[in-house]
Amino acid sequence: MELTNENVLGKIIEQFGEENIWDAVNPDGIMTFQTNRATIHELIKYLRDDKELQISFLTTMCGIHYPEQKDRELCMMYQLHSLRHNYRLRIKVYFPISDPVMPTMTDLYAAANWMEREAYDFYGVIFTGHPNLIRILNVEDMEYHPMLKQYPLEDQTREDKVNTFFGR
Amino acid sequence: MATEKKTIELDGLEQFRENLDLKLQDKHNENLTTLNLGPTHPATHGIFQNILQMDGEKIVDAVPTIGYIHRAFEKIAERRAFYQITPLTDRMNYCSAPINNMGYLMSVEKLLGITVPKRAQYIRVIMMELARISDHLICNSILGVDSGAFTGFLYVMQEREHIYDIYEEVCGARLTTNMGRIGGMERDLSPKALHLIGEFLNRFPKVWAEFEKMLTRNRIFIDRTTDVGAISAERALSYGFTGPNLRATGVDYDVRVMNPYSSYEDFDFEIPVGSKGDTYDRYLVRNEEVWQSLKIIEQAYKNLPEGSFHADAPHYYLPPKQEVYRNMEALIYHFKIVMGEIDAPVSEVYHSVEGGNGELGFYLISDGGRTPYRLHFRRPCFIYYQAYTEMIKGGQLADAILTLSSLNVIAGELDA
Repeated sequence: MELTNENVLGKIIEQFGEENIWDAVNPDGIMTFQTNRATIHELIKYLRDDKELQISFLTTMCGIHYPEQKDRELCMMYQLHSLRHNYRLRIKVYFPISDPVMPTMTDLYAAANWMEREAYDFYGVIFTGHPNLIRILNVEDMEYHPMLKQYPLEDQTREDKVNTFFGR
Repeated sequence: MATEKKTIELDGLEQFRENLDLKLQDKHNENLTTLNLGPTHPATHGIFQNILQMDGEKIVDAVPTIGYIHRAFEKIAERRAFYQITPLTDRMNYCSAPINNMGYLMSVEKLLGITVPKRAQYIRVIMMELARISDHLICNSILGVDSGAFTGFLYVMQEREHIYDIYEEVCGARLTTNMGRIGGMERDLSPKALHLIGEFLNRFPKVWAEFEKMLTRNRIFIDRTTDVGAISAERALSYGFTGPNLRATGVDYDVRVMNPYSSYEDFDFEIPVGSKGDTYDRYLVRNEEVWQSLKIIEQAYKNLPEGSFHADAPHYYLPPKQEVYRNMEALIYHFKIVMGEIDAPVSEVYHSVEGGNGELGFYLISDGGRTPYRLHFRRPCFIYYQAYTEMIKGGQLADAILTLSSLNVIAGELDA
């Protein structure tokens, strides 16, 4: 079966229902749709194990922060690839920042381990069931999640630094 | 909410220490030794730490720590205009900086809908393949150094200098290149650059053949690398391996062939694959890829099309400087581009290129502002380095070093 956006979406909706899969768009040739936290794990498992689809390569995942969107502040983006059919797919899950909990994908993909640690480190997303959810790139005792939009980069014009300390 | 968050933080820290203690205590036994491999051990060729639990020379367990040169590129990119992000990408895989530059530029071009002329695409292919050669050359010669053959390293390092001379002629820099611009290249290939590439194509095959002769059928080298750090294709795919490390396990996934970009479909080349996924296979795959890269450069060099070296995109591509002084429109465009006031559509794109280590992807979300709303780098090193623990368990310490260098983990790309 040749995978196209239409027939893949049809298959997924048939399996999971329209109430769980919505807002399918195609911004750059990669179909992007949204789902909810309850479905995501089952969905990725289904895409991996289905004999026809074989969308079984986790290319990447990352967090995104939209502080303006009420109760949909955080987003996890999963991008999957079917190496057999050369077909890519992007899934997004939005959830409130007051409840930043997502199911882990480490039981499906070994690669998800560090990707999820990175998302936890940057955005504070808690992955339930993750074997070792600790910071990965930043120091362990950092007290905030630096990629959230409320933390700006250092002001380029600040003057309270003593330049001699920085070799300037 | 703030206090709640803080407890989560501290839990994380305690959990980290507990995990570490448990991992190490579990196997507490007077025959076991704890050994810090890194963060600044000369044999790790980069700054990463592994706390090893050793039974004599055998590795029982390992806890990797990364992030020593984390520079928050994804955060910095959210503050910078699109054209100012290219220099950040240099500093990821600094052994093959042009590939990163081109990959990023191509993602922005995809977002803006710019088609780059054939000549610029061919120049990019030449530069990217030179970068791949310099990347693989370092990796394989370092593998030689780690197994006790220093000569080859110094010998081929001279060729890397020649590749850097070509970079210098094309873009003015050697290591952190910032090569290319949104819409094409910053300048055309000069006659001297063409001459240097031609010379390189003449000289390099002999050098590489000699280097191969030293290692490929060398009994000691084969004994040292066969079955060392092997991984099965299934595990490699689960771990998100791409590039030469995946191909060494026998999966022929290459972005250049599967999703051609920058006119790769015009060139005739093969994808070398291994079978066992061990260090020796990775060495062979990289070696063969160097030959294939040479083949691609030769074809691009011979059939370099005439035409412009940049797209006709005045909103995004800087006008020639002499025009800026004479022409009102050119001045306006110059000002707008330098200030980063270009209009980007509200969209998101993912573009990937075959980097030195695998699929190097750029996921870019634009909200129409002067900077990306979110830029995520899919760094192949970061994704496959997590398999390292699994690959070295049960092996010797010396084999762990060989496995690390054959995986070609570049600290800059690992930590971004």
